[in-house]
Amino acid sequence: MSRVRIMRTRDWTRPVPPVRREVLTATPEADEGKPPVLFVPGFGHGAWAFAEHWMEHTAARGFAAHAVSPRGHGDSGAAPKATLRAYAHDVVQVAASLPRRAVLVGHGAGALVVAHALARYPARAGVLAAPVFGGWGTLATALRRNPFGTVPALFGGRLRMSRRQLFSRELPDTVARAYVDRLGRASARAQWQLLTRGAPESPVGNPPMLVVGSPDDRVVPSSALIRAARQYGGAPLLFPGMGHDLMLDARWREPIDAIVDWLDKETAS
Amino acid sequence: MSTSTYDSNETGATLWRDGRPVYDRGDTVCVIGAGASGLAAIKNLREYGFGVDCYERETGVGGVWNWRHDRSPVYASTHLISSKPFTQFPDYPMPDSWPDYPHHSRLLSYLERYADHFDLRPHIWFGTEVVRVERAEGERWDVTTRSAGGHGVERTHRYAAVVVANGHNWSPKMPSYEGLEEFTGKIVHASEYKDTTLLRGKRVLVIGAGNTGCDIAVEAAQSAAKCWHSTRRGYWYAPKYLRGRPADQINDAVLALRLPLRLRQWLLHRTLRLSVGDLTRFGLPEPDHKVYETHPIVNSQLVYYIGHGAITPVPDVVRFRWNSVELAGGEEIEPDVVVLATGYLPRFEFLAPDLLDVDGSGRPKLHLHAFVPGAPTLAVAGLLQPDSGVFPLVHWQTVAIARWLRLRETAPHKAEAFTAEMVTGAGRRWTRANLKDSSRHWFEVNHTDYLRALQRTLDKLEPVT
Repeated sequence: MSRVRIMRTRDWTRPVPPVRREVLTATPEADEGKPPVLFVPGFGHGAWAFAEHWMEHTAARGFAAHAVSPRGHGDSGAAPKATLRAYAHDVVQVAASLPRRAVLVGHGAGALVVAHALARYPARAGVLAAPVFGGWGTLATALRRNPFGTVPALFGGRLRMSRRQLFSRELPDTVARAYVDRLGRASARAQWQLLTRGAPESPVGNPPMLVVGSPDDRVVPSSALIRAARQYGGAPLLFPGMGHDLMLDARWREPIDAIVDWLDKETAS
Repeated sequence: MSTSTYDSNETGATLWRDGRPVYDRGDTVCVIGAGASGLAAIKNLREYGFGVDCYERETGVGGVWNWRHDRSPVYASTHLISSKPFTQFPDYPMPDSWPDYPHHSRLLSYLERYADHFDLRPHIWFGTEVVRVERAEGERWDVTTRSAGGHGVERTHRYAAVVVANGHNWSPKMPSYEGLEEFTGKIVHASEYKDTTLLRGKRVLVIGAGNTGCDIAVEAAQSAAKCWHSTRRGYWYAPKYLRGRPADQINDAVLALRLPLRLRQWLLHRTLRLSVGDLTRFGLPEPDHKVYETHPIVNSQLVYYIGHGAITPVPDVVRFRWNSVELAGGEEIEPDVVVLATGYLPRFEFLAPDLLDVDGSGRPKLHLHAFVPGAPTLAVAGLLQPDSGVFPLVHWQTVAIARWLRLRETAPHKAEAFTAEMVTGAGRRWTRANLKDSSRHWFEVNHTDYLRALQRTLDKLEPVT
């Protein structure tokens, strides 16, 4: 993996301008000294996606759960020109504001944002759920699965994900439709950066890393999951039969339980 | 053979030095001081898997930035002179809601939160000062401590390595003027200056054109009856903002172009000419040097208050008399209060001078201002006066120290090359301009040159996997 990089002229001379951030929180009944968990949604999703099930469940298992909406998403301030750097900045800002070193959990393109944030902030651990690391392969998959939703994004339009990409058939149609209706969009620049920007730098502080996903994900093929996991020296945890949105799909409980089990093991010291 | 309960300490004193027990702390590293540099050292050493014992003579973290500490030089109005991106630790940003140049109280809360966030306090022994650091066999160190009041017993622990982070802005450098003792007015060093109550309604002479001297002169302009500001030579006064943006951010954008020094100096001269203007109009002497040759003075208000007549710039002080001060050029002024903003000197009284190879002017011979040739397990953190914030430099410096200590164990052959480099690189200065020679300038560094050097060092010390 890449070496550490000290010189960051862009961050020094053009700091990311602040934008109002939406942060949702679910606190456990008693503080057991476990690290806080920060959830980062992918493109189009907001903090609400984790507030549906995962945050409460994480808090019930003793971890303080937080979710941030990157700028331009959810109830955070508008940012039509946001870059991946700005999204990563939002994540690091929230992580640093927590009382203890946080665990970062990113979903979809949010996993890429988390990977960029991990290169700046020494997290307690990192979890990449159904990570979309971008590149032209991601585009090819999206074009094949959902041409009409994807082509406009190539011209700066909104990337429209279909409910068949995001959810399994187990999720009732009305619920799936309601979720899809809540989706917003990432900035056109960030959408482009997803394709063109190189791999994220190595994480600082050598955090334990976990990759989870589904072999039936119609956004992230298994090969991409395996590649992402191998990059961090592991193998992905797989949950067959689930769609891309692991935190909203009918069987949301299985992946989050596996993540928390892993966290319990990794952070017990 | 000893059987007393005192000796059967939980760490087990099986070693002895001059008849006193020495407790072996194994592979643990000792960090001296829990200021910004010490905290960064603890965090980064921990990140590289070291156990750390940190000794701090005060009862809180923050070092000089903690105004509760008796050695803290901050005064009520102290604000940062480097903007946030250059001030914060690279891996723990300051909140977006803070201004470009935070107040010193915010900096203390930042350091306290850093300590809590990374859970550093359990590794710090508060109220404990280091009396002696002595060599032990096998490149290890015996560190003798006692409670900071000077009472209580001394205890000696043996460590695998020592990182000295005791700061360099707490021991006042006192100038020697003729007749200073017979002067009947009040004389204070800037380290004792806390707020304007001292100055209110008084005639004040501020000596020294450093950032502190200029700040205090501005405060005197706002509250004293009269303020003289004595400087030895003409300086460049950089504004805090250029075109509505922190000036250091603009400066770094120019630095990134890697232009030749002379061209950069010319550019900056032009910029200062346009923004600050011709200082001789205000009665200030023409700078006798180019920019980048002295530590930058960042003060937008000094010139402004000279324009109001609230500050009278005066030349160097020649001598003191019982009720007056004689200036170069023969003029005599009669101040009630004299503030000596004449800077600080680094001190390492717990180390034998030959360890750091300290020369006559108090300058130790170090590689990258951190590594000690001939003592591979001894390092100094934060002994830097950058033209920017010091925290990012200290962060990477302590990462380099942690990597170095780790590499010594895991890849001794790779470490040997660096040992040789320490000797050849020792004493090298990390600034391209010819600095005006003054005792405070030997640890002056250009932050980009220095960070690039650290990048090369980190690459060489890359952990082997």
